[in-house]
Amino acid sequence: MKKLLSLLLLLISSHIYASSGVELQEADIDLSDKMSLQRGAKHFVTYCLGCHSAKHIRYLRIAVDLGLDEKHVLTDIAPEGAGIYEQLHSAMNQHDAEKWFGIQPPDLSLIARSRGADWLYSYLKGFYVDKSKPFGVNNIVFEDVSMPNPLWQLQGEQTPVYVTHGEQKTIEKLVNSGKGTQTAEEFDRTVNDLVNFLVYVGEPVQLERQQLGKYVIFFLLIFLVIAYLLKKEYWKDVH
Amino acid sequence: MNIKPSRLTLCGNWVLERFPLAKVWNDHMAHYYAPKNFNFWYFFGSLALLVLVNQFVTGILLTMNYKPDAKLAFDSVEYIMRDVNWGWLVRYMHSTGASAFFIVIYLHMFRGLLYGSFKQPRELVWIFGMLLFVALMAEAFMGYLLPWGQMSYWGAQVIISLFSAIPVIGDELSLWVRGDYVVSDATLNRFFAFHVIAVPLVLVLLVFMHIVALHEVGSNNPDGIDIKKSKDPWGHPVDGIPFHPYYTVKDVVGVAVFLLFFATVIFYMPEMGGYFLEAANFIPADPMKTPEHIAPVWYFTPFYSILRAIPDKFAGVIGMGGSIVVLFLLPWLDRGKVKSIRYRGGIYKKALMLFVISFIALGYLGTQPVTPLATTMARIFTAIYFGFFLLMPIYTRWEKFKPVPNHLTLDPSLEEKIPALIALWNEVTEMKSIETDKGVVIKRRFNVEGTKHVLIRFVKYLKESLD
Repeated sequence: MKKLLSLLLLLISSHIYASSGVELQEADIDLSDKMSLQRGAKHFVTYCLGCHSAKHIRYLRIAVDLGLDEKHVLTDIAPEGAGIYEQLHSAMNQHDAEKWFGIQPPDLSLIARSRGADWLYSYLKGFYVDKSKPFGVNNIVFEDVSMPNPLWQLQGEQTPVYVTHGEQKTIEKLVNSGKGTQTAEEFDRTVNDLVNFLVYVGEPVQLERQQLGKYVIFFLLIFLVIAYLLKKEYWKDVH
Repeated sequence: MNIKPSRLTLCGNWVLERFPLAKVWNDHMAHYYAPKNFNFWYFFGSLALLVLVNQFVTGILLTMNYKPDAKLAFDSVEYIMRDVNWGWLVRYMHSTGASAFFIVIYLHMFRGLLYGSFKQPRELVWIFGMLLFVALMAEAFMGYLLPWGQMSYWGAQVIISLFSAIPVIGDELSLWVRGDYVVSDATLNRFFAFHVIAVPLVLVLLVFMHIVALHEVGSNNPDGIDIKKSKDPWGHPVDGIPFHPYYTVKDVVGVAVFLLFFATVIFYMPEMGGYFLEAANFIPADPMKTPEHIAPVWYFTPFYSILRAIPDKFAGVIGMGGSIVVLFLLPWLDRGKVKSIRYRGGIYKKALMLFVISFIALGYLGTQPVTPLATTMARIFTAIYFGFFLLMPIYTRWEKFKPVPNHLTLDPSLEEKIPALIALWNEVTEMKSIETDKGVVIKRRFNVEGTKHVLIRFVKYLKESLD
C-alpha cells in the first residue's frame, strides 16, 4: 500500500514537472478596465486583423460592451469601409493566405479560450530572431511558428541567449536590441491590452455572467433557508 | 344543507372518473411509504431527475439555433453563445448539466454499493438503472460531437475506431456507425438524431421503468432492512412515512443545495478548469490535424483508462465493455447476507474503499498522456477494479456480519450535530493574544496540537469502522 501511494505521488509530481516546459509569463487580465480593452481593440485591428479574423464578434458588440460611440468605433477602431453590424473579418482572403503562409491564419475569436491568456501574453512577447526560418523569427512558446512577429517595430528584435546542458541547447533568455519604438514597460502594456481584448472577445458575456451570478446565488440562498424551514416544519412530528 | 359543487370540481371529477390520476398520485407519492431515515446519499435520485429535466429544457432551446452541419455546427454554437438572447446561459446550463448528470449518477450508484440497494428484491431496479447509465453514456458521447470542436471530433474518431478492433466485422461495423470512412457530416447528422430524439426517448422509458420497479418493491434504506415487516394497525410500515409531503419537501432542500453548486459553476467557472469544457474544443474540428493529446471528457476517463491499460486493442475494448458489464452482474456477484455497509464485515468495506480509490485513480489517469509509469498504475487499478467485482463471490462469503436491528436507526439531524461541530472547531483552534500595532488583540488561531488529536481520533475511528 505504501509503495502504491509513493508511486502515485511520484506520478503526480512527475506530471507537474513535465507540463512546465516553458514557463509562461502572467498576463494581467481585467475586463472591467474599459480603457485597456479599447486600446486592445485598436491594437487588434492595427496589428492582427490584417491576417486574422475574429468572425464571432461584431463592431456593434464592441461599441456596446466597451462603452464606445458607434461612430467612434467606425472611425477610430474599425478598418475603413467596415460596417457597424459586420463581424471582424480579415482583409486577406483564403486563396492569398494559403499562397503566402501555406495555411489560412486561424480565426482569433476563441484563441484566448483554447490557449489561455498567459500563453498568448508569453507568445506575443516570445518572438526571437532565427535566420533559418522563412519569416526570420521563431517563438519561444510556439516552436517553428509560421508567422512573422507583427509587433517587431514596437518591441525591437530579440536575440536568444543559449545555455548548454550536455548535448541539449536550450534558450535561457531573450535579449532585446532596444531599437523598438516602445520601452519595455510600454510594450508590456500594449501586449497586455491586446491579450485583455482577446480574452474579452473569447467570451464577451463573461462580465455580465459574473454579475448575474451574484443575484442568482443570493436568490438560491434565500430559497435554501425557506426550503429548510419548510422541511423542518413538516418533519417535526417524525421520530 | 346541500352544497353545490363548483364548476372546477365538476370538471376535475369528469377527468378523474375517466383517468386514474388520483390513483397514480397516491400510489407513487402520497401513499408511497418510504423509510424515514434517508440520509445525504438519498438526494441523488431526485437530483438526477432534476438534471434530466434541465437537459431536456435547455436541449430543446439549443436545437432551435443549433445547425447539425459540419460546415455550420461550430459557428452556430458560438452564435448561440453570443448573438442569441440568453443563449450563453442555456448552453452553459446544458454543458454543465452533462457533467452534473454524471456526478449525480455516480453518487447515486455509489449509494447502491453502500447500502446494498442492488440486492434481492431490487435486482431489476439495479438492472434498469444500469441500462439508464449505458443510455446516458451514449447520450453524452453523441452530444459531445455536436459542438464540432477538435476534441469532439477526435474523441469520436478514437471511440468509433474501437469498433474496428472487433474481428471480422469490425471495419464494416465502424464504417456503418460513422456513415463515412472518417467522422464527417454524415456522422454529425446521425449523432444529432440520436442525441435529440432516439436516446432521450429510451432514457424517459427507462426512468419510468426504474421508478415503477422501485415502487413495486419499495425503497431500501441506510440500514438495509425491510420496513414492510412491521406494520401499524392501518397496514402502513411503522418505519415508513409517505413520500409526499415528507420527501418532497426534503428533496427541495437538496435541490436548493445542488442548484447553489450548479449556479456557481455556470456563472463563475463554466469550463471547470477544462474538465467540463475542454480548451481544445474551442478550436473548430479539423480532420487534417490531430491534437497532441486526445482525452475524453472526465466522466468517461475511468473506462478509457481501462481501455488503454490493456496492451491488445481488441482485449482493451473487451476490458472496457467488461468494466460496464460486471456492474450489471453485481446483484448476483454479492453473496453477502446483509445489505447495508453498516452491518457488513470489514472485508467488503475495505474492498469498496479500494474500488473507490481505483475508480478515481483510473479517472485521473485517463485525463493524462500515456507514460510507462502511468500505464503500470492503470494496470494495477484496472486489476483492483475487476477484482472488486469478480472476487466478490469469494470474499463476501467469508464476511462476518454484525447483527441487524429490527427497526431503523435514526441519525441525528444536522441541527443536533451543531454542538459537536462547535466542540470540534474549538479543538482545532485556540484563542491567542497577538500583538498588533493597535495593541494586544485576542484572535482565533489554528491549533496544531488539537488538530493532531482530532486527526488521530479520526484515523482510529476509520480503522475501527473498517473492521
